[in-house]
Amino acid sequence: MSDPSGAQTILPPEGPRPENGSPAKGRHMAATPGSTQQGVEKRPKQARAGKADTSKVLAVPKGRTGAARILLGRDAVMIYVLLVVVIYASIVIPRFASPVTVGFLLLDVIPTLLIALPMTLVIISGEIDLSVASIAGLTSALMGVLWQGGMNIGLVLVICVLAGLAAGAFNGVLIAYLGLPSLAVTIGTLALFRGLALVVIGDNAVANFPPGLTAFFTSKIGGTGIPTVMVGVVVLIIAFAVVLHFTPFGRGLFALGYSKEAATFVGIDVARSKFLLYLATGTVSALAGIYWTLRYSSARSDNASGLELAVIAAVLLGGVSIFGGKGSIPGVLAGVLLIGTINYALKLDRVSEVVLIIVTGSLLIISVVAPNIASAIKQARHSRRVRTAPLP
Amino acid sequence: MLTLRGALKTFGPVVALADGTIDLAAGEIHALVGENGAGKSTLVKILAGVHQPDAGEFLVAGQPVSFRNVADSKAAGISVIYQEPTLFPDLTVAENIFIGRQPKGRFGLISRVEMRRRAKELFDQLGVPIDPDRVAEGLSIADQQIIEIAKAISLDARVLVMDEPTAALSGVEVDRLFAVARRLRDAGSGILFISHRFDEVFGLCDRITVMRDGTYIATHETGATSVEAIVREMVGRDIDALFPKSETDVGDVVLKVSGLTRPGVFHDIDFEVRAGEIVALSGLVGAGRTEVARAVFGIDRYESGTVEMFGRQLRGKDPRAAIDAGIGFVPEDRRKQGLVMELSVERNAALTLRHSLAKFGLISGKAEREAAQTWGKRLQVKAGSPEHAVSTLSGGNQQKVVLAKWLATDPKLLIIDEPTRGIDVGTKSEVHRLISELAGRGIAILMISSELPEVLGMADRVLVMREGRITGRLDRSEATAETVMHAATASLEITR
Amino acid sequence: MSLDSKSAAPAHTTPGHGRPSALGSFLKLRELPVVLALVVLVAVTAAINPLFLSAQGIKDLLLNATILMILAVGQTLVIITRNVDLSVGSILGLVAFGTGSIFVAAPNLPIVAVFVLGMLFGAALGALNGLLITIAKVPALVITLGTLYIFRGISNAWAGGTQYFAGDRPDAFGNLSVDTFLGFPVITLIAVVVVAIVAVYMLGTRPGRDLYAIGSEPDAARLFGIPVQRRVLLAFVVNGLLAGLAGVLYASRFNSVGATTGSGLELDVVAAAVVGGVAIFGGSGTVFGAAIGALLLTTITSALTALRVDKFWQQAIVGILILAAVVIDRIASVRSARKLRIAEARNV
Repeated sequence: MSDPSGAQTILPPEGPRPENGSPAKGRHMAATPGSTQQGVEKRPKQARAGKADTSKVLAVPKGRTGAARILLGRDAVMIYVLLVVVIYASIVIPRFASPVTVGFLLLDVIPTLLIALPMTLVIISGEIDLSVASIAGLTSALMGVLWQGGMNIGLVLVICVLAGLAAGAFNGVLIAYLGLPSLAVTIGTLALFRGLALVVIGDNAVANFPPGLTAFFTSKIGGTGIPTVMVGVVVLIIAFAVVLHFTPFGRGLFALGYSKEAATFVGIDVARSKFLLYLATGTVSALAGIYWTLRYSSARSDNASGLELAVIAAVLLGGVSIFGGKGSIPGVLAGVLLIGTINYALKLDRVSEVVLIIVTGSLLIISVVAPNIASAIKQARHSRRVRTAPLP
Repeated sequence: MLTLRGALKTFGPVVALADGTIDLAAGEIHALVGENGAGKSTLVKILAGVHQPDAGEFLVAGQPVSFRNVADSKAAGISVIYQEPTLFPDLTVAENIFIGRQPKGRFGLISRVEMRRRAKELFDQLGVPIDPDRVAEGLSIADQQIIEIAKAISLDARVLVMDEPTAALSGVEVDRLFAVARRLRDAGSGILFISHRFDEVFGLCDRITVMRDGTYIATHETGATSVEAIVREMVGRDIDALFPKSETDVGDVVLKVSGLTRPGVFHDIDFEVRAGEIVALSGLVGAGRTEVARAVFGIDRYESGTVEMFGRQLRGKDPRAAIDAGIGFVPEDRRKQGLVMELSVERNAALTLRHSLAKFGLISGKAEREAAQTWGKRLQVKAGSPEHAVSTLSGGNQQKVVLAKWLATDPKLLIIDEPTRGIDVGTKSEVHRLISELAGRGIAILMISSELPEVLGMADRVLVMREGRITGRLDRSEATAETVMHAATASLEITR
Repeated sequence: MSLDSKSAAPAHTTPGHGRPSALGSFLKLRELPVVLALVVLVAVTAAINPLFLSAQGIKDLLLNATILMILAVGQTLVIITRNVDLSVGSILGLVAFGTGSIFVAAPNLPIVAVFVLGMLFGAALGALNGLLITIAKVPALVITLGTLYIFRGISNAWAGGTQYFAGDRPDAFGNLSVDTFLGFPVITLIAVVVVAIVAVYMLGTRPGRDLYAIGSEPDAARLFGIPVQRRVLLAFVVNGLLAGLAGVLYASRFNSVGATTGSGLELDVVAAAVVGGVAIFGGSGTVFGAAIGALLLTTITSALTALRVDKFWQQAIVGILILAAVVIDRIASVRSARKLRIAEARNV
């Protein structure tokens, strides 16, 4: 290749060029390459520092793996807050640290926990699903009617899960393939699915489920207080975490959450990805509906109503960005458990249950406002310093 | 009428502008040139009141000013027209012009009739037929710029700043814009014109100011300088041949497109690209070039025709299939299509590899990082850290990340839409050399470009499109500015 | 109606005929489908059950719609700026219970003063939302989801098990929901006046148009120097004020107010706006449309009763209606986008 000026060829025959071969213009301060100790928390700040274009040619790989990154990242804040709250509650509230607590706390949070998993993926992909609680309600109603009609309970459960799948597919077609705004669509299906639940079961309630089954759903593993169903829940948690954080599909979700267009250009099938997510929310919501029915041994049309907002609150508290592109399953897990723990601790402390929602709301607001306020203050301080510099 | 001297602007530790200096007289068109990152945009934003300088002297009509916000700048008679104007898509054209200062009628309420009348008047004055009642959504960029200019006139702007207005315009639209600019100059306005295109700078402007590394270098009368001299000042060194074209052996047919048609957009598109060959798709903006490329890559659907890679037909509307068949696509809009700006450099660079990296369906973060860095390093991508958002990189380095992510897939065909849009002169030749080298290694290249010198300098063959059809097929020896422009504009078909 | 807006332009040069065909612009109205749906619904129902359009029937219809209408109008302001307020149900609940408490604490307070207090209270709550959103620059969906819980929690703590009944309030106050003026219930007239005032504000004033601009393209609005934060704050304050008004009217209209008053209302309100043609991502839609949307949603309930449709179907039908509105809106915008594309292609 002719190269009259003697400048470097861009594609060396093999191997990387030495770093000092780059035409350093030497006018910008190089951003410090983030070291392991520095942590990911520093990232946003540096990102905002403007376009420092010359720093260095892409550096050697650093040994931080996915898990370590999550533990050092912003998502981790919630995990630490959760730990602090659990420890504090165990010390201060007498009856808190006991198997009974663990049992009831987990039994209470399971529906939220379940639905929060697919919801995390949906919100990361830049969409939302408000119809989840209605799907759970519809499943519950269906379950009651079919069981009362004398159907085999196994078949009933299968039909219920399929109903959830179908409801999710309905959302998915409208949102993913017809391109309708998910907020509006799922407000519609929120009403529709809850309405169908009413159509199915009216204002009846079905309670006579097989005692063995309902007992199973409230049973605990030995003396640990951990509900038996948690085993299944943990399997789902791991499955969703792996899909989001360690698969090509998960990588695609983050990309399309930020930019659907850019995602399309690397071969991500945006519509199909979203459709699958809505299938997942539908199915998992159905599982939550089944759990709800058997745990309280009652199939009613208004089961789990209002749960959608509680789930979204927990997911956002867990560090998922409502704009999409950002979030993690461990963070969301911490978010769900944090709300559950605080509520349970306060209940033990005789704070009225209905007032507790103030805590949920405040936590949600603080979790999103605090980082922004902090950076705003920093910004203000910076600009004040600059402003006070004398203008000639 | 406007003077800025020694303006300093820092963002945290980064000095965006060290010595912003410009002197704009009434009744002149003044060019501001410099590489990307030279501080032009920062200077523009200071004039616009978006940024406040940390230090420096700023005079408008001889009076010192200090803008706190955009409104202050507007009040001082300065209007800025950005490369891609941001109108309000849901509002009508007339309302877009008068938003915030709509004429009032009875009871102090907005008078739509009056607003429409005034908008019509402005368009008549500019000699353009735009319906003031249509909503802004769907307007071409050229029309959007005209609306911005109409807005500036209605604001009685004495200073008009145009930040790379022609980057996305076709020849006809550029001519119309320049006619408007000259008319405004002759009426006594001062126009600051920022462009990367030297033919425009020299054809339109009276004086040229050069910036480099955030610092003022010099101002010249256009007649008293040359392209070479300006480029030297911009880069700070002599630039070698802008288009390093190396002779390569052309191999077998890689891509074969036959009869590709999407009614109203493109018709009967036939062409081939061979291994090691650079084929340029030329023509005016809106001729259907990008649309053809998108259809080939499977972004958009087409109604009839076939796309074959190595003789095997590709499924339409399936980018995954195209990628698997060995096509890489460097799209025209880097920020929206080429990259996920908020994601890290390494995630972006590895996004195309996500399937090939997975073992048993799972991706290891380490493998991902190493894969991302292999090509990042070879292309000399400069980033603070591979974990930083790709938005923190300069335009040239962002383009390298886009190239890196496709090169990592070992493509057989690379479609590059506007390879050097918004990239500074220095990096531009680096990108050109890279494309040549890739072709030298046997990759088939389909390049779309609106810059004629780039087309003529790089391509082995030039296909010219007009109104959705290929109207010219020119060999390197036949392709000249005249033949290409003729095929792009006239109705006569030139074939060999 | 012309396919090609550009080639149609020369027609506009004739002085005095600047307006495109009135029929054309009427057919393009985003509110048209909802108005048609309402007319058809009322006509069909009345044909089957004439009692539906009796004086009493109409009165009930309007009474039921009034509160949702006012809330939908407020919500529209917020949605047009590309925000949303999920806390309106909780605001309404707090104000309604507050109204009950005021009458118990100060039975002789003039009714007008109660209205003013209730609206100020609502405005203050709306201002809290608006301040959190504009100062902390956090998405409204998140903030108002938080305040939905907080406001509800406060009203739970405040009310406990207490409920105030109609008997606790002066008759004159309750009569607002009974008395009619020219056949219209007084509180409905209040709602109509509110819709009219807000509609004029949104159509005919600069700050009103700013709200559309903000929702249409927030970045451009900022760049343009529109005081985005102040305008968004204004939208939330007005929305709070209207939710406060709705709260007071709720106390007048319904027998009891307690801790759970107005819960779950937020999604109905958003649904009413969406059905009324307000784009969920801001920038377009009118308060008139939203008000009609609210009227349609409540009318459906009454109509189904009048038609003796199983009451359990009502909610499902409301859901289908919302989806239909979303789909119709999309079809309309796809059609106009195609038209524009054709126009562009011809002008190349």
